[in-house]
Amino acid sequence: MTTGHTAQDTPLDPRDETGVDAAVREAEQAFAAARTLDELKSARIAHTGDRSPLALANRAIGSLDKTEKAAAGKLLGQARGRVKKAHDSRLTELEAEAEAAVLAEETIDVTLPADRRPLGARHPLQLLQEQVADYFVGQGWEVAEGPEVEAAWLNFDSLNFGPDHPARQMQDTFFVDPPESNLVLRTHTSPVQSRSLLERGAPVYVVCPGKTFRTDELDATHTPVFHQIEGIAIDRHLSMAHLKGTLEAFAKAMFGPESAIRLRPSFFPFTEPSAELDFWFPQKVGGPGWIEWGGCGMVHPNVIRAAGLDPDEFRGFAFGMGIERTLMLREGINDMHDMVEGDLRFSARFGRKA
Amino acid sequence: MRFPLTWLAELTDLPADRTGEDIAADLAGIGLEEEGLFGPEVTGPVVAGRVLSAEPEKHSNGKTVNWCQVDTGDGEPRGIVCGAHNFSAGDMVVVALPGAVLPGGFAISARKTYGHVSDGMICSAKELGLGEDHSGIIVLAELGLDADDLQPGQDAIALLGLDQVALDVNVTPDRGYQLSLRGLAREAAALYRRPFTDPVARLAPPAAGENGFPVVLRDEAPIHGAAGCDAFAALEVTGFDPAARTPYWMRRRLQQAGMRPISLAVDVTNYVMLELGQPLHAYDRALLGERIVVRRARQGETLVTLDDVPRRLHPEDLLITDETDGTSRIIGLAGVMGGAELEVGDSTSSVLIEAAHFDPISIARTARRHKLSTEASRRFERGVDPLLGAAAAQRCAELLTEYGGGTIEPAATVISRVQAPAPLRISAAAASRYIGVDYEPERAAELLERIGAGVSAEGDSLTVTPPSWRPDLNAEVDLYEEIARIGGYAEIPSVIPAAPGGRGLTDEQRARRRVANLLAADGYTEVLTYPFTSAARFEELGIGEDDPRRAALRLANPMSEDQPLLRTELLLTLVDAAVRNLGRGFKEVRLFEAGLVACTGSATGGAAPGRGPSFPPGYHPSDEELAAILGSVPAQPYHVAGIIAGGPGTGERAGVWGRGRPAEAGDVIDTVRRIAGIQAAGVRTRAAQRAPFHPGRTAEFVLADGSVLGHAGELHPKVCQRLGLPARSVAFEIEFDALLRQPDERSWPGVLSTYPVSRQDAALIVDDAVPAEDLAETLREGAGALLEDLELFDVYTGDQAGEGRKSLAFRFTFRAPDRTLTADEASALRQAAVELAAERHSAQLRG
Repeated sequence: MTTGHTAQDTPLDPRDETGVDAAVREAEQAFAAARTLDELKSARIAHTGDRSPLALANRAIGSLDKTEKAAAGKLLGQARGRVKKAHDSRLTELEAEAEAAVLAEETIDVTLPADRRPLGARHPLQLLQEQVADYFVGQGWEVAEGPEVEAAWLNFDSLNFGPDHPARQMQDTFFVDPPESNLVLRTHTSPVQSRSLLERGAPVYVVCPGKTFRTDELDATHTPVFHQIEGIAIDRHLSMAHLKGTLEAFAKAMFGPESAIRLRPSFFPFTEPSAELDFWFPQKVGGPGWIEWGGCGMVHPNVIRAAGLDPDEFRGFAFGMGIERTLMLREGINDMHDMVEGDLRFSARFGRKA
Repeated sequence: MRFPLTWLAELTDLPADRTGEDIAADLAGIGLEEEGLFGPEVTGPVVAGRVLSAEPEKHSNGKTVNWCQVDTGDGEPRGIVCGAHNFSAGDMVVVALPGAVLPGGFAISARKTYGHVSDGMICSAKELGLGEDHSGIIVLAELGLDADDLQPGQDAIALLGLDQVALDVNVTPDRGYQLSLRGLAREAAALYRRPFTDPVARLAPPAAGENGFPVVLRDEAPIHGAAGCDAFAALEVTGFDPAARTPYWMRRRLQQAGMRPISLAVDVTNYVMLELGQPLHAYDRALLGERIVVRRARQGETLVTLDDVPRRLHPEDLLITDETDGTSRIIGLAGVMGGAELEVGDSTSSVLIEAAHFDPISIARTARRHKLSTEASRRFERGVDPLLGAAAAQRCAELLTEYGGGTIEPAATVISRVQAPAPLRISAAAASRYIGVDYEPERAAELLERIGAGVSAEGDSLTVTPPSWRPDLNAEVDLYEEIARIGGYAEIPSVIPAAPGGRGLTDEQRARRRVANLLAADGYTEVLTYPFTSAARFEELGIGEDDPRRAALRLANPMSEDQPLLRTELLLTLVDAAVRNLGRGFKEVRLFEAGLVACTGSATGGAAPGRGPSFPPGYHPSDEELAAILGSVPAQPYHVAGIIAGGPGTGERAGVWGRGRPAEAGDVIDTVRRIAGIQAAGVRTRAAQRAPFHPGRTAEFVLADGSVLGHAGELHPKVCQRLGLPARSVAFEIEFDALLRQPDERSWPGVLSTYPVSRQDAALIVDDAVPAEDLAETLREGAGALLEDLELFDVYTGDQAGEGRKSLAFRFTFRAPDRTLTADEASALRQAAVELAAERHSAQLRG
């Protein structure tokens, strides 16, 4: 404690400017010296409490001569203001210090494991189908779907595959029992071409991603259940140049701006002219090169007729490619088994980023 | 179709600066995809040599080898060790000298063996890549090469054609003409704009007439109205030498085409088939009856074909038969394979050569029916030039007599009932619009002429007569393709079409994505399992015989007889992925699958499977027919299913944060609630009993329209046991489509109330059997419109609740749109709720 006026000493005269100033300074020093909120509280009581010199001096103003009251009141008011300010300022400091101490004490190791539940993932084949669909939606196309167990008429006949068409033998089809049911597991997403034309009429610009089936044993490059994306555009003015433009832009979207496409004459019953589609793959293992990607062509007039449209008015193009193959090429996946077995590690690697 | 490029070059000029690889790439550009490029595989010094002496030496390993002195034309004889014994001194053989490299990278050098330095190798056919024969070394005279013309030291690579490149190309099913050198050379000539030498042009085939061997064409049951045989040429060659050898060049070409040389008479038929594309058959004339009759098979008839397989014939099979004294005998399966009985043999010196044209569909069906795809059937199925028979038979007879002697009988039978192809009219402008390349009429005509079509142009209009070997050219678009193909697809520009502007993804498509992403974010990994399953799997899941889910579609030709059924629920196959991952060492497995399942019922409620009709190509079915087709397709709802299985940490893993907990029914119930939530569908839960779930731990989700969304809960302990899943695995399966069918019942007050809420609690004692959800529903109803939220925050069973009773503690949150509710108002609302609960469920307010 510093020396000076206390309650025990002579009371502080409210007119004693020097004395009042000393009392203020004493209080300021006491607040500054407080190291904890408790010490500050004691100092506050000592210097601003009822029995503090300044409080007593303030009370004494009442007994002063009328002419002295104003000056003394002003003196004490200012003095008590200074004391309060000093106290509050120290209080803020000490509170901040106390809070910092508590927070420091509460620190935890945030690098401790927090994997309370497994991370999920999408299947990369699904993500890729969504990506392709999104690309075409961005081009103003729509996304169509169809059933996996399909009427043979839609899977074959409507696509210009006659019952004896040699191409019907090219595909190893799953037939639903009894065979007279004329139901198959669709061998391609192409029946959605016919469904789209039947349901939507023309003009139509749709893509159909989906599951397809052929009786291939599972091995490194084959699977009996796989995915395709089919596209069909029917309008009044379309040409093979539009087919090429569409596929070229799509290849660049999938494989980078340096990619390109090449068409080679081929045969599919539902297109005429028909073409095999190759794309230029800049990132190909072993150096850039052409990769077989799918089939395409101008939609055969019989397909348009079967859907009840006039091929003299409407024409267009269709294309299809394998999703598995696209993913394998793009990601460097070597074995089909990994794609179909549902191993968590596969989706963890390829199914968390579209 | 495999062929040596040198053969192609005989019929057209191949550009000298193009390598085998270049030509393969060029041909791929007009639709002949490369399947393989073979040779040359032999390099370095390989020469003809004359064996001067061959001394057999027996060695300690029991083998006898010949120590030979061979004249290879370089002055001194060479000493060579040879293990073969099919030659003797004086024979001309093939010697690979040191420095030569044989197929498979086999480098020849002088080496010590059997006590000698062997200065080269005497080669077998196999060692030179000339076939599979490794029974002895090549004796050149036996190859059909005249020994007098051969000189020791002569280059054997050129002599044997070992420097030739063979190309294998894939021929698409519409282009039968490409299965011949004649067709391929025409394509190459069109591609390179070089002259084409038609090998048919120099032949003088017999004219139409029936002076030769009697042939009768019958067809009692034509398929689709097409006669089984519409052209037949028969030519006799008599008195040739049965022992005559096929010349080496022809044997070599057959071998390069992947065929095995057999005998001269057989080899010439195969050679002409490769050259012209016309399958031919030679019958031993001496064994043939009085006349040939082409007809359909009769019920019960059988035939042993050339491959010595007895075959039961189908009335649709087209046959070649002969008749003697009115007795019919089957001598061949037309266009597919001849019969064994009249096979040309070692003593055959006279043959009847058949060159016919058969209906492609008839041949295709027969080949398929008997699983007998032959060189002949492959060609007939894809289309053979119907006007080619007489010329091919002539070519065949000429080759046979040239190398085997004998006489071509002047009297021939040439029957043709072939219709001339109808001309097509196209417009060059229309072709240009279709392809996107500007074809002048002159250019379009010129491109079509290059494939052999007859074209007459009048302004923009072209009248095109397709060549006889192109049955695939029937419509304008077929010609557009030819114009574009021969002009080159490379010249087609790239133009991005402006689609009319779509509507984006459908609500359904977006909902499916949201659900999949929700599940992935919730820790589930998406898998795609095969949809094939079995009756045994239904049993393992406890799905009984009379469960509607057992009505699964069955495949007629499944991948595995063990899994002939198509899944009716995703869990049937999803469990396999869980078991597999657990087997691979994962401790907690959370999987989901989303996709279609197939039911036996029809999608439209129409016809059951079994009624889907078939129509010809290009036919637009009537509305009724279309309804029948679409109705034949079974309903295939979109399901979402998930499973959580593994160790004790499936709900939350054990770790530094705590002991973790196993997943429980509530986890998957919550998952379904979240799925329903993002589709804003109100879903109620009730207890249910349903395989494969635990009978007391299965939630059934009911939608606003009363339909069942699906189920979630703990799997039945026996199911886990049977599948090898850990006990207390949990799962869910929902029919996602049902969510999308729900009416949107969300309400909106117009503006949100910002008055304070008032909370009231009430603990109600009810019978154990009262589902919490039912009680809550009553309370909501009783509390009325000002109830904003109702939360069940405690469940108590014990003495204070009483035996067979439970206490459920609810918190009501009330809010009024227009005022602050007083405590009395809130109490009154609570009281109304409690009273309704008392009335409906005998609920007692707990003190």
